Amino acid sequence: MFFAFLESSRSALAAIFANRLRSFLTTLGIIIGVASVIAVVSVTGGMSAFIGDSFASLGANSLTIQSYTPFEDLMKGIRSRLTPADLELIEKRGEGIASITPILAANRSSQIKYGSQTAYSEIMGTTYTYQDVSQTYTEVGRFLAQSDNQTRRRIAVIGEDVRENLNLPENPINEYVEFSGEWFKIVGLLEPMGDIMGQSRDNLVLVPYATMVSILGNQARTDIGIQLSLTPTAEPDAVISQLTNLLRNAHDLSSNEDDDFRIQTAEQLMEQFDQILGTLTMVIGGIVSISLLVGGIGIMNIMLVSVTERTREIGICKAIGAKSHHILMQFLIEALLLSLLGGLVGLATGYGLGMVIANNIPDFPSASVPLWAAGLALGFSAFVGVLFGILPAAKAANLDPIDALRYE
Amino acid sequence: MSLINLTSITKHYEMGSQVVKALDGIDITVNKNDYLAFIGSSGSGKSTMLNILGCLDKPTSGQYHLNGKNVEILDQNELSEIRNLEIGFIFQSFNLLPRANALNNVMQPLIYRSIGFRQRKEMAMDALSRVGLGDRVDHLPNQLSGGQRQRVAIARALVTHPSILLADEPTGNLDSKTTVEIMQLFDELHKEGHTLIVVTHENEIAQHCHRIVEMKDGRIFNDSATEKATLGVAV
Repeated sequence: MFFAFLESSRSALAAIFANRLRSFLTTLGIIIGVASVIAVVSVTGGMSAFIGDSFASLGANSLTIQSYTPFEDLMKGIRSRLTPADLELIEKRGEGIASITPILAANRSSQIKYGSQTAYSEIMGTTYTYQDVSQTYTEVGRFLAQSDNQTRRRIAVIGEDVRENLNLPENPINEYVEFSGEWFKIVGLLEPMGDIMGQSRDNLVLVPYATMVSILGNQARTDIGIQLSLTPTAEPDAVISQLTNLLRNAHDLSSNEDDDFRIQTAEQLMEQFDQILGTLTMVIGGIVSISLLVGGIGIMNIMLVSVTERTREIGICKAIGAKSHHILMQFLIEALLLSLLGGLVGLATGYGLGMVIANNIPDFPSASVPLWAAGLALGFSAFVGVLFGILPAAKAANLDPIDALRYE
Repeated sequence: MSLINLTSITKHYEMGSQVVKALDGIDITVNKNDYLAFIGSSGSGKSTMLNILGCLDKPTSGQYHLNGKNVEILDQNELSEIRNLEIGFIFQSFNLLPRANALNNVMQPLIYRSIGFRQRKEMAMDALSRVGLGDRVDHLPNQLSGGQRQRVAIARALVTHPSILLADEPTGNLDSKTTVEIMQLFDELHKEGHTLIVVTHENEIAQHCHRIVEMKDGRIFNDSATEKATLGVAV
């Protein structure tokens, strides 16, 4: 058996390399199919590993609460909100909570001034715990402190882009910027974080939460996000149900109304993200399998041509003693090797493509091909080769030696 | 003991509603080291005869014993094995594998016997040396002359040490000088003890043989020894 396999591989390789261009064109379908799947998997694989790391930094014991507006309400102009009152309620009555980080964004991208310079930036009111939640640390100066919040100090921590846009000095500490008609003293400059998907993460200004609340004034319109970290002994599910009851009561929801907020664990956020990524992968997988199917039909087509072309050779081999399985094996292995080679070329091309894509998007995690994807791609190409090789190989094996010898 | 024994062999083809009797009751015995020619005009049944003798085709009726084995009951794969073990084919159009060099062509039948590469190569080199092509083993068929190609084909037939060498118009595509060379090679092979059956329509070729079987309309018309047989082996 092994002997026959070896001999068949030898002659199959000879046949494949005798018609290099044709072999290449035949396997192009497989090459493109495998290359595209590997490119996509390598890019999303790198991305998911990266996002997984960022979620891990949130800690498994943290919860995010955000307002949630169903689509129909959104169309009617109704917006659900989480208000500072909700925050106070949770602070007072929530159980098992170690720390609370409110995030209050200014309603729109806001104008910020320094001297004669004007820039637009994202301005958020938050507390000192934000530092741990978002893993942002100061390069110069200090972060927001607990006392800043209690005394509603007019201070700000700014990102690198803001410093640049406002022509602030390298060390902007103790400079004053103007926002919403108030003057803020800069106490800290954040470490540059770079871009994600072309979006700068350095164009932001952080001010104490209480300061932000007082500036925005009209609390009826504010919608805050709340980040909670739990005490080590707290059960996330118990905390979630307690908070849900608390907020439902506060929002006067009757039992037949849905929640107008969402409480999510970091794990859930990650699962959601993975789900989106998984759906994306499946859609692309579907497209790719169509491409592999077409590639397989291409291989079958050329193998059938090849069988017809080599009818006389098959006749000769049969006359000098080849049995049906010898011929079957030879053509089957030829189809198998053809598609496997295509799969290998596609694997290399796809990985190269993934690297090029990842390197050209700034700050994008580098491409990585998981072993299972490489194995699956090769396995699938081999499967396609065997599947679409059977028909031509059987046709060759069943040729009558006399007819085959007479074939011109 | 007789090598080949055919008893009332018939081969009928259906051409539409008509039945063509390509072979119509053949009885013949071929002994070891026979040097036999089938001659006859086109349509006399000699090609069908060759296909049956070479186990490429099965008779419609009758019995065929080859080297003691009952052949006509075997299936295609068993016939392949018989062809590999017992028969060496030499064709008019050489029938070499175009993409394989001389050596690989000669090694090919040994693959079907699962003989390892080293031994295959050794056997093939011996066979190629025997036909005088020891120095051209890595040439492709299209780099060889007609006579050389036929020598490769003969080497391929010899390499398996078959019971019979079956030649179908072996010189049909060759010029007269090469024809003489090839027929001399056949004479030598006969002297070495091989059993040769040649199918031809040329009388000069048949005259090299020791026994001539004339065919006509699917029957044996005449079966006689030539002068060479009566002169003995020492020509």
